[in-house]
Amino acid sequence: MAQDQRLFTTPLSRRRFLQYTGSMTLGGTILAACAGTSGGGTTSNPSLPTLQQWYHQYGETGTHEAVLRYAKQYSKANVKVSWVPGTGNEYPNKVHAALLGSNAPDVFELQNPTVDQVKAGLIEPLDDIIASVKSDFNPVALKPLTINGKVYAIKMINDMGMIYYRKSLLQKAGVQPPTTMDELITVSKKLSKGSVKGLYIGPDGGVNALSYILGWAAGGDFISDDNKIVFNNDNVATAYEKLRELNASGGVLPDAPTFWWDPSAFTQGLSAMQWCGLWAMPGITKALGDDFGVIPFPAVGTQGKPATFFGGWAEMVAAKGKNVAAAKEYVKYLWIDNSNIQIDWNVGYGFHVPPRLSIAAQASKLKSGPAAQAVGYLNQYGHATPPLWDAAMDTTLTDAVSNILKNGANPMTALNRAADKCNTELQTLLS
Amino acid sequence: MQWVFPIPMRMLRMHFMVHATVGLDIRYVFKIRANVQTYILRKDEPMKSVGTTTPAEMLDLREENQKSVQRVRRQSLKTALIFWSFVGPMIIGLTVFFYIPILWSLILSFADARATLTPAGWVGLGNYRAMLGDPEFIRALVTFTIFAAFIVPTTLLSALGLALLVNSVKFAQGFFRSVFFLPTACSYVLASIVWKMSIFNGSSFGLANTVRHTVGLDPISWISSPNPPWYWLVLVTVRLWLQLGIYMIIFIAGLQEIPRELYEAALVDGARRGWQTFRHITFPMLRNATIAVLLLNVIAAFQAFDEFFNIMSGGNQILARPPLVYLYNIALSDQNYGYGSAGAIILTVIIVIFTLIQGRFLGFGRSE
Repeated sequence: MAQDQRLFTTPLSRRRFLQYTGSMTLGGTILAACAGTSGGGTTSNPSLPTLQQWYHQYGETGTHEAVLRYAKQYSKANVKVSWVPGTGNEYPNKVHAALLGSNAPDVFELQNPTVDQVKAGLIEPLDDIIASVKSDFNPVALKPLTINGKVYAIKMINDMGMIYYRKSLLQKAGVQPPTTMDELITVSKKLSKGSVKGLYIGPDGGVNALSYILGWAAGGDFISDDNKIVFNNDNVATAYEKLRELNASGGVLPDAPTFWWDPSAFTQGLSAMQWCGLWAMPGITKALGDDFGVIPFPAVGTQGKPATFFGGWAEMVAAKGKNVAAAKEYVKYLWIDNSNIQIDWNVGYGFHVPPRLSIAAQASKLKSGPAAQAVGYLNQYGHATPPLWDAAMDTTLTDAVSNILKNGANPMTALNRAADKCNTELQTLLS
Repeated sequence: MQWVFPIPMRMLRMHFMVHATVGLDIRYVFKIRANVQTYILRKDEPMKSVGTTTPAEMLDLREENQKSVQRVRRQSLKTALIFWSFVGPMIIGLTVFFYIPILWSLILSFADARATLTPAGWVGLGNYRAMLGDPEFIRALVTFTIFAAFIVPTTLLSALGLALLVNSVKFAQGFFRSVFFLPTACSYVLASIVWKMSIFNGSSFGLANTVRHTVGLDPISWISSPNPPWYWLVLVTVRLWLQLGIYMIIFIAGLQEIPRELYEAALVDGARRGWQTFRHITFPMLRNATIAVLLLNVIAAFQAFDEFFNIMSGGNQILARPPLVYLYNIALSDQNYGYGSAGAIILTVIIVIFTLIQGRFLGFGRSE
């Protein structure tokens, strides 16, 4: 039987005390780190309002320092910046959850507002700060940010995707950059030699990268301007069939340590072509010099047109924040008034297109070479989905395309079933 | 029969872990309390007088008695304080982080709650009907019932085998025990990333593919190719690597509780070492450990999330999507909390049913 029933067998010695307090402090630090937030920003002035601002973690060097600098430059509020790590949907999901709590960030970036957030009164309309310059934004860029005629977010950066190709490798294989989906398949196959593959579209066979692009490139769309689900047609179905064909051709790099949005597979010579974003261009130039070119994702079928996404991030304001007016003021300062910040943020690190047309015209780094081509593709072939296309519909479409690609489902059957499900969701949103 | 709910089962897992590793659990705290009390009472027992007592002595004795009663009271207050300082935080934690959310989730499951945690309107069983009519949710449930049917026996047998091996080692037993237990301390996310990006990467330089290359085989895209379903190899190995240690420890704890006399008696009676003693002594004596491992395992299989979420991303998700990942998409990406809660309650009910069935057949919690 246990003889010594005391909890501490020895009196608390100084060393033991230090051990305990030390581990408690460490534990506290770890717990604090779990919050994924690192403070930063202005040295606080008690007379000014304090604003919490959230960013997702951008990959390019210098971006974190840049946002801290912007926050510090602002003199009308104490801005505390949180740089939130996470891949895929982790950052947006964290924001979604935080918006429901009592300690939501005042200012935060998301890709788009949702109808449900507006219905629940979580986000603040920003028409008053954008009104005077609304015509200076591309209407396609405003589409995902506008709900019931009100603008709920100010675009910070425009993103787009395209196919990067290695000039020297195409030359060696004696092929031209592809201009149609069929050519993309044959060229990818011809470029595959040994461990170098023709094309990289992500480790999931291109579902995440190309589900939307293929639909648009086939001349289709997902939700029409009069709020109808329209992706279940033969053109779109054929496009997904082509994706299956592309994957089966042996020309696609099936896996790499990074996802499609990182150019490593391309710059390290694993593939001769890669679907990636404009943001990666400075890194690619650094790695390959001028041994690369860009093409838009080619048209699929006779009714198709090349396509890209009109993506990016937009700044929003929490409606239940303590300093809504100050938050709006800060958003206006950053993304409407301050052209230096907008140019620095858009072309200083990775490449993006400044959302304000007048400011995009000033960005000298986007005026020549592949960057200028990319801007042209965005303006000519850019598509976006409206806020009525929500995350549930996105999951439904992704599942359908995955089923077509991975489980050999009949494309038209899978799309019809997905369209039914999307319709049910759409009716809920419209009600 | 004991009603065992899924969330407390997770606590039970912690409880086992603590018990097995540090040797301190809640039952132990109860025991401490009881022992401390008997110890104090014994110490303060008044001296028995042999002869008759004078009134003065009587008074003294009474005073002495009163003092000792006070002392006992003070002491038992102290032990109560110690007791609650151990148990209190756990009860508060359970209530705040488990019971209230479960209750809230139950309420939300009957409501329309999109982008809000307060019910915006009641929909009755609408969420449940929609969820049970959702082919993707049903597919996730079916996939994970099959997954459970495979992973549970595999984990059980491997953990038992490992425990027997480690327990029979004559030297450096502590070392081997620690080595096999260490992966338990590794984060699921970290292990998943290592498995996905390094060991089973589909490119030619992934570890598994490098090994294949050296023997002249073509690389395989382990995670993304649907046919043959190599991704199960990736998912099962990472889960086994992470989980075996803790279950092994439970079995070792069970093994060390088996009295040596049983084996000695059996040997005297002519039993042979090895299979015969294992079959008739070790395994029956491990009954409680086995049942515990089985229950924890089934629940863990249905609650699978981390490695699936991290390894099967994008278009690969559909190949092996656990119910929890599906519900995570609904609740956190789409912010449809009512619908997601209905799914969570359905999953909870399934786990409870499985646990009860097991309890009935295996007699978990039945007194010996």
